[in-house]
Amino acid sequence: MLIKKYGETYKGKKHLCLITDALCPLKDPDVGTKEDQVSTIARQMVAFGLRMKNIVVRASLSGEPHMRVIIENDNLLNIFSKKSSAKTLFVDSTTSLRGARKTRDISPVTIFRGDLELSEKMKIKVWVYKKTGEEKFPTLKKYSDKAPSTDKFATHEVKVDYEYKSVEDPSKVVPPEQRIKGYRYGPQVVPISSAEWEAVKFKPEKSVKLLGFTDASNILRHYYMKDVNLFIAEPGNSRATVAVSALARAMKEMNKVAIVRCVWRQGQQSVVVGVLTPNVSEKINIPDSFYFNVLPFAEDVREFQFPSFSKFPVSWQPNEQQQEAADNLVKMLDLAPSGKGEILQPELTPNPALERFYHHLELKSEHQDAAPPPLDDSLKKITEPDPTLLAESQSAIDAFCGQFVIKENPKLKKSTRRFLREKPSGSDEPNGDGSVSDAQAVNSMESKPVVTVDKIGDLTPIQDFEAMMSRRDCPDWVDKAIEDMKNKIFGLLENSNEGINYPKAVELLVALRKGCILEQEPKQFNDVLEKVCKICRKRNFSTFFDFLMSKKLSLISKSEAVDSDITDDEAGSFIVKSQPKHED
Amino acid sequence: MELDPDDVFRDDDEESDNEFYQEHEATKEYVVYLVDASPKMFSTTCPAEDQTDETHFHIAVSCIAQSLKTQIINRLYDEVAICFFNTRKKKNLQDLNGVFVFNVAEREQLDRPTARFIKEFDHIEESFEKEIGSQYGIVSGSRENSLYNALWVAQGLLRKGSSKTADKRILLFTNEDDPFGSIKGAAKNDMTRTTMQRAKDAQDLGISIELLPLSPPDEEFKVSHFYADMIGLEGDDLALFMPSAGQKLEDMKDQLRKRMFSKRIVKRISFIIANGLSIELNTYALIRPTVPGAITWLDSVTNHPLKTERSFICADTGALMQEPAKRFQPYKGENIKFSVQELSEIKRVSTGHLRLHGFKPLSYLKDYHNLRPSTFVFPSDKEVVGSTCIFIALHRSMLRLNRFAVAFYGNPSNPRLVALVAQDEIVRAGGQVEPPGMHMIYLPYSDDIRPLHSDTDAVPRASDDEVKKAAALMKRIDLKDFSVCQFANPSLQRHYAVLQALALEEDDMPEIKDETVPDEEGMARPGVVKAVEEFKLSVYGDNYDEEGDVKVSEASRKRKAATENAAKECANYDWADLADKGKLKEMTVQELKLYLMAHNLSTTGRKETLISRILTHMGK
Repeated sequence: MLIKKYGETYKGKKHLCLITDALCPLKDPDVGTKEDQVSTIARQMVAFGLRMKNIVVRASLSGEPHMRVIIENDNLLNIFSKKSSAKTLFVDSTTSLRGARKTRDISPVTIFRGDLELSEKMKIKVWVYKKTGEEKFPTLKKYSDKAPSTDKFATHEVKVDYEYKSVEDPSKVVPPEQRIKGYRYGPQVVPISSAEWEAVKFKPEKSVKLLGFTDASNILRHYYMKDVNLFIAEPGNSRATVAVSALARAMKEMNKVAIVRCVWRQGQQSVVVGVLTPNVSEKINIPDSFYFNVLPFAEDVREFQFPSFSKFPVSWQPNEQQQEAADNLVKMLDLAPSGKGEILQPELTPNPALERFYHHLELKSEHQDAAPPPLDDSLKKITEPDPTLLAESQSAIDAFCGQFVIKENPKLKKSTRRFLREKPSGSDEPNGDGSVSDAQAVNSMESKPVVTVDKIGDLTPIQDFEAMMSRRDCPDWVDKAIEDMKNKIFGLLENSNEGINYPKAVELLVALRKGCILEQEPKQFNDVLEKVCKICRKRNFSTFFDFLMSKKLSLISKSEAVDSDITDDEAGSFIVKSQPKHED
Repeated sequence: MELDPDDVFRDDDEESDNEFYQEHEATKEYVVYLVDASPKMFSTTCPAEDQTDETHFHIAVSCIAQSLKTQIINRLYDEVAICFFNTRKKKNLQDLNGVFVFNVAEREQLDRPTARFIKEFDHIEESFEKEIGSQYGIVSGSRENSLYNALWVAQGLLRKGSSKTADKRILLFTNEDDPFGSIKGAAKNDMTRTTMQRAKDAQDLGISIELLPLSPPDEEFKVSHFYADMIGLEGDDLALFMPSAGQKLEDMKDQLRKRMFSKRIVKRISFIIANGLSIELNTYALIRPTVPGAITWLDSVTNHPLKTERSFICADTGALMQEPAKRFQPYKGENIKFSVQELSEIKRVSTGHLRLHGFKPLSYLKDYHNLRPSTFVFPSDKEVVGSTCIFIALHRSMLRLNRFAVAFYGNPSNPRLVALVAQDEIVRAGGQVEPPGMHMIYLPYSDDIRPLHSDTDAVPRASDDEVKKAAALMKRIDLKDFSVCQFANPSLQRHYAVLQALALEEDDMPEIKDETVPDEEGMARPGVVKAVEEFKLSVYGDNYDEEGDVKVSEASRKRKAATENAAKECANYDWADLADKGKLKEMTVQELKLYLMAHNLSTTGRKETLISRILTHMGK
């Protein structure tokens, strides 16, 4: 067995990571039951000080799931977590799997051991750990290429030397010990020697003292200042455990939090005031504890004033439909749907930059010149919205986008604008080579420079289209806009590989339809739609029709634009009629 | 004393921290303190806090002194001038009678306060009579008008700078509500009119005049006599003026030393919602830890500032080199090289935008999902018209549905998942306590969350009764109106106080009250004591002994056993005899250690050290 093989190394350094789907039935053992066997293994692991982590990968269950098997296996795994210090995590995607497996395991170290003083008379022995701490990007050493390549033992390291020189006389070098710290006081700098500081500086005693309890609603979430600590009762001290448990449970029940003043170490020069929030545990072998968050001091809060939303002009206030669309979006774009797992749970989401770095490191160890790898799909799910979720809530998103109109502020000069048209600078995204619209072109014929759109770009075609449609300096712009849009749509369909451009094309069609109704050019749109359908029928792009149906996209009828010669009925049945027969 | 390496190597991934500390001094304040020095200011007194009477002049002067000491830390670039009127001597550019502008060497009349300025002003009362003198400036039969002159001088001082970039104010301290009361007839009307005109001229130039009236306890300062017209008070404001002015005086004295930051956008970002719909947001730093000001290194001999120069030296050849463009990381026994560009490329996992992922109920945002101070976001229609409308709609929906948004903030130096928590506006007593908007909370990744290894045994839990006792305790020690920022940072306040004492060469160090210590008095109230006792009894039992319950750790038990053993073994030797005969050298280290352990001495070091330690202990 693996456990035996590694034998006596450091305690707590041995880990076993079991990654399984726990879907297959287990063979019945020769002696005893499966439960007995698992218990034996668990006992063995405790004896050898081995830690175990079970990661169960369960994507959406396909095929006929053997519920009985699953339940049995889950029970077996639970024996591990009960009888040994094993953890079981259920993940449902590769992103979470990568998050569950951490890049670096840090053994926990206490930052404080001592009394939590409720009063002079009542103290609780607690240990404080860090609960979160930013895992920084590794600091790489500077590389020197000065050593000859033949030198096998070259360290290639670079030493950095500091010299202190007088600002007035740069030739004069001052030795480091001759320096003295100066602080600004008004226009002057006041020198203060470290001995002087030592004598007068603030020297609080090491302690953790309770200041009082207060309603949880008095502490707003955004006041949390730093990474988080965990307060637990001294391990093995059952009375302290009960005391912490009683406080935590009472706090939770009454919706209270505790305010404490902490000096973690003797000789520390500052105090922190923070809030303890209860963390009531549901598992029998995990004690109740508190989370500790640092709160700001009066000096740390900047009282900037902002206008009330109600003071904004009416045009900036959402109307009822808009509000409803927003409500709907917030409801539909749900990352924690009931019955399914939470998406992007921080506990299971890896740091994409770090993952990428280690991936690149691995690549470079094989090929020195390997380029930084692009983000793979499971990491992209962190940096970009999940396409399946987007597809599921497409209707809410469309309704939302349809309700609101945004446009660039036409009064701004070219140099100051950065939004909407910014080129994506992501390493793995194609650069918008030349396809950025010429919206920024400054029309210098007029006395005042006005930014105009005279071409539909690839990035924001709808906005460009709308801008062109609304240009009033020449009637030809409307025709040009429609013509450009047509070409764009056909282009998208022609180049659509496996239908990836369909949503985009439909979006453009919707915009075109809106524009044509607005400008009373129904024929233009109806021609386009008919042509589009013809192309699709010929090429058998049946999914495209599904998209059209879902958008209720049809010809512009007489009731929408008087110039149209299409009746409402004709418009309604148009898509159905033009759909290709599936049996073809 | 060591150089903080962070200061020197501002690595690119620390840029995001930098933005928090950047300050912007766009608007300054120019203030002229105009203090009435008439004999009336010296003769009227008010009872002070410590039961002694203080003169109005003293109140005004100490108020200004306090205010200057705070200002030098809070708003470094503001400029001040102090000007007395109704004085015997005169000193001002216009050479007008009865006005004396106080100043010290190496300082313009309207300038940033300096340590010397504050120090000398602190002692002004001692030398006032001799150097400046007090005398009524407006007497009947004379054409002199000291108030008019004072306003003219103040306006002259404030000529500097444009009123667009600086806020110009005159603060007038006086206890005379009717300055022209001693004059009768046409002369009074004339003087009133010209003084009003002077004040109006100043106001037209963008200078605001504020009045800080001082009134004796039995008499009220009647603003309506003269000053109401000058400072433009009408109707309701008139009635409210006196109480608010008293408050203002108090505020000036009791200001917290706190660095002021002007409202400034940290970054402008676009928030991509979906389907290419993106809106414009501004981010602000509302909560950031304040640090004592930057350190300037000085040469301790000359007190001249120093600059740091760094040089790179190749560890292999000792050659001086340029800052290298490559970094390396040891991996699999090899040094893997990275160029600086590659590293920044790796970190750039997304564009610098904020991308919406979706929404979650607020209960999913745990208390431990925090790493650094949050950032406030507020919409802007400056470039993208319609942003505010979308933002308000989402803000409302999120508040109504108790949800927060999860988004990816592709900040190139530190890309993170963030929670956007909507905050409704909170207005209390006419002031905005919480602005409306969203707070961006930086979420940890799984790599940032530390695991905790759990026990294998079941752990004890509190019983219902114990929880009830804890709840009773909580009701007793309840901070009703706790507000997050009610405490000043004692360490920072001490820093400022020490700095001030050293700069002004004050003899005694001021004591700073530490507001963060528990309220001993409140804790000693019988009700609280009883609740604590009851809770203690219920969770600890009645025979509680601080250490009794603690399991002695394995290591300390071993140590204890070894000491006991050593004491036993040690008794087998006649140490004094051995030492006298010089036989300690012949013994083994193990044997020597027995003695040391038995006597609780250190057992480290070479044999000779051990022997000498034993001898010292025996007193030989």
